[in-house]
Amino acid sequence: MRRTNIVLSFACAAVFGAGVACAQDAIRIGEINSYKAQAAFLEPYKKGMELAIEEVNAGGGINGKKLDVIVRDDNANPGDAVRAAEELVSREKVSFIAGGFLSNIGVALADFAKQKKMLYLASEPLTDKIVWQGGNHYTFRLRPSTYMQVSMLVPGAAQAKKKRWAVVYPNYEYGQSAVATFKTQLQGKQGEVEFVSDQATPLGKIDAGPVAQAIADANPDAIFVVLFGADLAKFVREGETRGLFKDRFVVGLLTGEPEYIDPLKDEAPVGWWVTGYPWYAINTPEHKKFLDAYQAKYKDYPRLGSVVGYSTIMAAVAGLKKAGDLDTEKLVSAFEGLEFGTPLGKTKFRPQDHQSTMGAYVGKTALKDGKGIMVDFQYIEGAGVQPSDADVKKWRPQD
Amino acid sequence: MSLAALFVQLLNGLASASTLFLIAAGLSLIFGVTRIVNFAHGSLFMLGSYIAYSLITRVGGSGLGYWAAVLLAASAVAIIGALTEFLLLRRIYRAPELFQLLATFALTLIVQDVVLQLWGSENLVGPRAPGLKSAIFIFGRALPTYDIALIVIGPAVLGLLWLVLTRTRWGILIRAATQDRDMVAALGVNQAMLFTGVFALGAGLAGLGGALNLPREPANLGQDITAIGDAFVVVVVGGMGSIPGAFLAALLIAEIKALCIALGQVSLFGTVISFPQFTLVAEFVVMAIVLVLRPWGLLGKPQGSVRSVGQIEAPIAPAGRMLQIIGAAVLAALLVLPLISGGESYTTVLTIDILVGVLFAVSLHFIMGPGGMHSFGHAAYFGLGAYGAGLLFKNAGVPMELALIAAPIAGGLGALIFGWFCVRLSGVYLAMLTLAFAQIVWSIVFQWDELTGGSNGIIGVWPAPWLATKAAYFYLTLALCVVGVLLVRRILFAPFGYAMRAVRDSSLRADAIGIGAVRVQWTAFVIAGAICGIAGGLFAFSKGSISPETISIGRSVDGLVMVLLGGIGTLVGPIVGSVTFLTLQDSVARQTEYWRALLGLIILFLVLVFPQGIAGTIRDWSDRAWKRA
Repeated sequence: MRRTNIVLSFACAAVFGAGVACAQDAIRIGEINSYKAQAAFLEPYKKGMELAIEEVNAGGGINGKKLDVIVRDDNANPGDAVRAAEELVSREKVSFIAGGFLSNIGVALADFAKQKKMLYLASEPLTDKIVWQGGNHYTFRLRPSTYMQVSMLVPGAAQAKKKRWAVVYPNYEYGQSAVATFKTQLQGKQGEVEFVSDQATPLGKIDAGPVAQAIADANPDAIFVVLFGADLAKFVREGETRGLFKDRFVVGLLTGEPEYIDPLKDEAPVGWWVTGYPWYAINTPEHKKFLDAYQAKYKDYPRLGSVVGYSTIMAAVAGLKKAGDLDTEKLVSAFEGLEFGTPLGKTKFRPQDHQSTMGAYVGKTALKDGKGIMVDFQYIEGAGVQPSDADVKKWRPQD
Repeated sequence: MSLAALFVQLLNGLASASTLFLIAAGLSLIFGVTRIVNFAHGSLFMLGSYIAYSLITRVGGSGLGYWAAVLLAASAVAIIGALTEFLLLRRIYRAPELFQLLATFALTLIVQDVVLQLWGSENLVGPRAPGLKSAIFIFGRALPTYDIALIVIGPAVLGLLWLVLTRTRWGILIRAATQDRDMVAALGVNQAMLFTGVFALGAGLAGLGGALNLPREPANLGQDITAIGDAFVVVVVGGMGSIPGAFLAALLIAEIKALCIALGQVSLFGTVISFPQFTLVAEFVVMAIVLVLRPWGLLGKPQGSVRSVGQIEAPIAPAGRMLQIIGAAVLAALLVLPLISGGESYTTVLTIDILVGVLFAVSLHFIMGPGGMHSFGHAAYFGLGAYGAGLLFKNAGVPMELALIAAPIAGGLGALIFGWFCVRLSGVYLAMLTLAFAQIVWSIVFQWDELTGGSNGIIGVWPAPWLATKAAYFYLTLALCVVGVLLVRRILFAPFGYAMRAVRDSSLRADAIGIGAVRVQWTAFVIAGAICGIAGGLFAFSKGSISPETISIGRSVDGLVMVLLGGIGTLVGPIVGSVTFLTLQDSVARQTEYWRALLGLIILFLVLVFPQGIAGTIRDWSDRAWKRA
């Protein structure tokens, strides 16, 4: 990003003789993320974002103006994130802010946006609260939330008709709300379900051996796994060695995302029912175009983060074009109900809670050529996995 | 839970204990001999994991190749450790106590970025060890053969270390140096060689731990922080410098965790208790209990005093004319800052953060420097202040101005309770007990979703309308910061301040002239907690939101870095340190993608140029200039 800035200002200096003249001809947006602390997800994210910016500017920019995205690292710290936002607003004069990975940073930025009356496009944070209990007029969220992704998995889980379930999840808001939603919805769909083991593990510090053993001792028919990253890798290996997954139905939230399944290589779990991103087998034209451009530019395949980074820019550009103005209120009205294209298909920001209808792929994991993949998958639209509008209205503060 | 299940879970715990022990043993050795709080020990562990991954994926197909790769990785980390000691730490042994922590903190930043550059951001799942890929069945439950290997390796390493320490001349010297290193030096032993050797051995053990852990945990960038936390806890619970103690502590902690996980959710008196959740903070609760009952850990002994390290601190003196002029000029500049830079400017915003940092660092320095009580958990009082004010404001509808008054009360109350326990300890044990309490507070805030908003925290904590502009809030922060700093100075020059320093320098003599050491230290703790609470309250309303991050280890470490960077032996040190650190962090982060490495390098540079901290070294320079003139 920084490189783009430098190149851009050099180009400006060459053309206009001064960088200042150029700044007025560019639309600036600020982007804040935990680039160093969450590098595994955010490096591909940044690449996706840079690809999109390049395409937008090559295609003539926004209503004739260049797009300039100024990136800041928040050091995984909400206090620093808010300060970075202040800097972007007061010094860099950005038109709105985007980004956020960790949920606590997402809600802090959302509240900052509300206080400053500034639009915030939350790209990554999964917490349900950012659009519901903690939602506000200025905040829009792109990725499908915890609630939505769990809801995508529940029909398949209920179909398996398993009575005894175990749950294992990282012990913080994301894990807790994923499990709460799963329990409620599964009981609603299936009726009689018994939860026989409940393992809340410290994030990044799971004692995988004892946890796998404790779940096996509870003798469940099925397991709901909400772990990701190193925790998931540890749990899968210990579980495999101990035969935990043998003859058991496993549902994994986020497990099929390349960020999390690829490091497992030939030990990737087989037959799990997961959400994810099977980039190698999506045949829609919009995805093919994105995939080709990404691979041509980076000689690497995209991760889910790349899609989110790319789509964040797509959403921002569509909103800016529709508003035709940089005034916050006009931007907010433009974003409400805004339709925009993403590599995963047409998406829209719901006016009632500012959540995008971006969906996710749900399917079974399998092994192919020593790598974990998803098979028999389908794309579930985000619009179909929402609570009723009445519920949303009840949860969301009126403003 | 059946007895058979319990038995197998205890075996699982044994395997985890072996890994914990390997990380901790090296740290314990290094601290015992060199008294260096090696913050980079987790980074050495992580390097062991990554180097082992690279070697094993190349030559680890056969049994011989695999184990050779593990040993090679450990040796490589040992060499890195020796180089660190030789090139860096040796230059700052005469610096004030704990100053080396700053250098090793800078190393962790550099290692983070180097590993990211060399190995990339993706987690690296290592191959399984040849011949140890499967599991055997015990009472119908599978136990991985690799776990059994670990159960053997841990005690084997303990045995080897014991042999080296008790049966070789080098080992005898190490034990002698642990007890009284000045005496060892006086007897003509080459201390430099001994220190390098111990550092290499300690680093090698961390590397071995990392390499052996690879089949159980992918090499990843979060390992350094988790490993360093675990290692410190194990070492302190076992008793600093005691290798068998470290083993016992590792065993205790690993088994308690395994037991919690095995118990699962249990209904007691109608409420469901989730024991697995307790693993979030289990090791810190264990540490707190052990330290309260046994002030030197399970098998530790009271530390021998270290006589020759560092210069003897000069008595504090009221500010000279020069300092008064500088202070007045800075204050005047601050008063007009919002007028010049613009009320809503970023300079104003950044300065608010820096002023909060100054107050935080000054309160920490108050107990660390003149108080002589190193606190590794100062974020507890910052967080209590922030949450105290934030919760009153949000949940009880108290006006912002009144809620802010609650911040020092909350911080002070926390310090009152935790201080009572802490002041009964000394040195690193005291420091680790403060850390344990901070982690316990953190975990309560983190878990108590209904009250504190759990991991997401509280939002909507904005100042009252008349303070809503950045300029107004800036003046409020400046006023409270100046009052806080001057109050601390006033206390230090009052009889109470003299009593504090008397207790620090010699608690026996202080006792003999009628100063109650415990009471003085406890009071100092409460004052520091209350002032730190103000910083927390100001922070909350300046950001509009609070999350458990305000109580995290990272924030406590930032405080230490600020105090040490400025110089622990001077009163302006914490101010200089916090301004330098926060300004650097803010500007460096925008300069380059590898900002952590750059920040680390700058801190290393500062450490080498200013071995007494920035303010301390400058004072030494000017003293010398005066003497010459």
